Amino acid sequence: MNPSNPTNPQKPNPATSPLLPVPYSLFPRLTDHRTIGLQYLALALISVTIGTLLSLLMRIHLVWPAWSLPLHGPILPEDYLALVTIHGTIMLFFVLTTAPQAGFGNLILPAQIGARSMAFPLLNAASFWLTALALIILLSSTFVPGGSAISGWTAYPPLSAVASAGPGQALGMDLWLASIALFAIASTASSINTLTTIIKNRCEGMTWDRLPLTVWGWFTAAILSIIAFSVLLAALLMLFCDRHAGTSFFLPAGNLVNGVLRTKGNGTPLLWLHLFWFFGHPEVYIAILPGMGLTSMLLANFSRRRVFAYRTMIITTLMIGFLGILLWGHHMFVAGLNPFASSAFSVTTIAIALPASAKVLSWLATVWRSKPQYTSAMLFSLGFVSLFITGGLTGPILAQPILDEYLHNTLFVVAHFHLIMAMAGIFALFAATYYWFPLITARSGKPGRLMSEPLGRLHFWLTFLGAYATFLPMHLTGLAGEPRHYSQLTGVPGPAGLLSPAGHLLAATLPLNRHITYAAIFLATAQILFFVNLIRSFRHGTFASQNPWQATTLEWHPVLHPNAPVEASETKVVVHRQPCEYLSAPATDSFLPQWIETADTKPE
Amino acid sequence: MSPIPQQAAILYTIPSWLPTDASAHGPALDHHLLLNLWLFLALATLAHLILLIGLIASRTVEPRNLWRVEYLPLAILTILFATLTIKAERLWAAARYTGASPAALQVEVTGMQFAWYFRYPGPDAIFGITRPQLVAPGEGNPLGIDPTDPHSADDTVTSELVLPSNREIDLRLRAQDVIHGFSIPELRLKQNAVPGQTIHIHFTPTTPGTYAILCTQLCGLGHYRMNATLRIVPPDEFATWLAEKQKAAKP
Repeated sequence: MNPSNPTNPQKPNPATSPLLPVPYSLFPRLTDHRTIGLQYLALALISVTIGTLLSLLMRIHLVWPAWSLPLHGPILPEDYLALVTIHGTIMLFFVLTTAPQAGFGNLILPAQIGARSMAFPLLNAASFWLTALALIILLSSTFVPGGSAISGWTAYPPLSAVASAGPGQALGMDLWLASIALFAIASTASSINTLTTIIKNRCEGMTWDRLPLTVWGWFTAAILSIIAFSVLLAALLMLFCDRHAGTSFFLPAGNLVNGVLRTKGNGTPLLWLHLFWFFGHPEVYIAILPGMGLTSMLLANFSRRRVFAYRTMIITTLMIGFLGILLWGHHMFVAGLNPFASSAFSVTTIAIALPASAKVLSWLATVWRSKPQYTSAMLFSLGFVSLFITGGLTGPILAQPILDEYLHNTLFVVAHFHLIMAMAGIFALFAATYYWFPLITARSGKPGRLMSEPLGRLHFWLTFLGAYATFLPMHLTGLAGEPRHYSQLTGVPGPAGLLSPAGHLLAATLPLNRHITYAAIFLATAQILFFVNLIRSFRHGTFASQNPWQATTLEWHPVLHPNAPVEASETKVVVHRQPCEYLSAPATDSFLPQWIETADTKPE
Repeated sequence: MSPIPQQAAILYTIPSWLPTDASAHGPALDHHLLLNLWLFLALATLAHLILLIGLIASRTVEPRNLWRVEYLPLAILTILFATLTIKAERLWAAARYTGASPAALQVEVTGMQFAWYFRYPGPDAIFGITRPQLVAPGEGNPLGIDPTDPHSADDTVTSELVLPSNREIDLRLRAQDVIHGFSIPELRLKQNAVPGQTIHIHFTPTTPGTYAILCTQLCGLGHYRMNATLRIVPPDEFATWLAEKQKAAKP
């Protein structure tokens, strides 16, 4: 079966087969890692469409409060909060966690390390179907009595722990908990799979310092997922017990919600905040680390340069992962923590700015005077760098407790995380789609297709402008004091019923909010171009060569390529060098793939 | 009179700017915030310039000098971040590391869906005991103050926060049902009120005027309308107001 292992012919080569024997014949297609990757991407695409439409409803309601949603009627305060909750949950979990990690991870990762499949194919399929079930449960909560949960994606108790705390906090909240619990299980399983694959299935010569930086991103994110999601799952179970089993992890005695008095117990909501943010902060790095790795690789590839400070980039990836689990307390500066603890968390948070800055410096140095090739994928990677800088630099501001005392839970925070996580994260996903589209569309005996470059470039520029036009002004309304989660900005009455000072403060932000809504509609509309490009290119895109970008990493290897000649599938893959190495003579444009290709490319 | 102080009117027409500042610790906070904003705006501009120039300029050999390109800028950034952190920590320590002075005016703030209530302890300077079983907003006892507790007799509960200017305030924050975020943007003040906990913050209001109190922690469907009004008045006016409130509360 395996000619590459002469000492023990019975033992399958870990690089070519899964670790556990799996009844492939039962699920030949459903356990294929490429199929699963595509399924995850489809799920993320559906989710991002729903999430974006929900955010548009929120924006439209804010500036035209009287507008009535067809088939629904006016948007009530509880509808608005349900929109907030589902938008946040769906984007965080079902888009930014699944697409880069499970989606492109499954699709590309095995080939990029020279493996033929993931380590646990059956577990992989199970993870996907659990995730799909979690999405269905989350969306179904719209249709239950009371509607979806209204406590935001952070679900702070007692609001999330007591059914009487608001509409949606009864069955809607239970469904939210069930959905996220399933998602946590699926994510942990999928991350164990990713981690095992990277550790065990690397091909010959693929040493740790030759791993592409995307793989380092997936690797670090997988470790974070396993640590963070297990804690989240525990917290979800505890909250579920508080709701239904009479425990008091998060509820103090004497808690009186909407006429329902709790007489016993001595829990505290702060425990939830600790557990939740111990998950919640690493979560943002789970979302962004694969994107950071991909950006490094694409900038190098299209600049025909090696990645500047390759080993430093590996170390900073690991440092971001390590520090990422030590700074959850910066979400809790005004939550009732001991102020000394806030100081400690402030220092760990500022510390993470340094590996992040090191990455930015490397990206700037990699493209510095390189005359890069401006493909759509390259443009989105440059956009990632820009958004990462702009969004990232407000991080240290929010990491200072005294400044957070003013900015916490204002639109300034919304601007910060939308630029760095949502927008930069999505830009990395766009870059990945344009870049790997030939691999997505290629099948055995069928070459892959390219997406339309002119459409892609137009899509980039509109999205780039739309992203800044939408999220930059939010810094200003935040500085003016606009709080998050407010379903109304005009005519907010005070306790006496008259327009209060709060009403004036909020109404002052309205002109800028109007602009933000227009920009958000523009940004969302521009995405139609992407869908048009995607659908057209699937059918009519120009055929791509085996390695259209002249990339150096193994997913473009003629044998590991989905469109590989069938008879070559048992050929041994050996890696000889780091990725992104190019002949440095200025006139030439020759690349040195990680594998030895043919006689015309010089080895080492 | 407009509820917004006159000098702030111009600032409000430019919503991009910080609201007026009416607390003793506010100006230092604002100064540090603006310093941060300008510094990071400069850094973002610089990074984008480097990126743009690098993209436009003609191709050259790739940079290799780790010291000049990576470590030196990192060292500079480390010093910058450390300086800002230390400066911010000094402000934070001054505001939060120690409690209020014993001479501070005691006020209790209670958050509940969807209102803020304020309680003044009266001449005995001790808040009466509250019991959640006794909470009855319809009967005028939203906080559940126990009438059998002798300290509760002189307690005054209001729905408007009135504070004397230039006197330190010792605020004790409580929440009855869910977590609420007590926030006065114009005093640069924010602290969550957490059920089961009593959290103290202290500050000194300065400029007399009328200001907004918001809830900044998602607390349910009425979150957006959970606000109250803060009136900062000269000390003598405050004394008159409190005396009148206490007289009115007597049976």
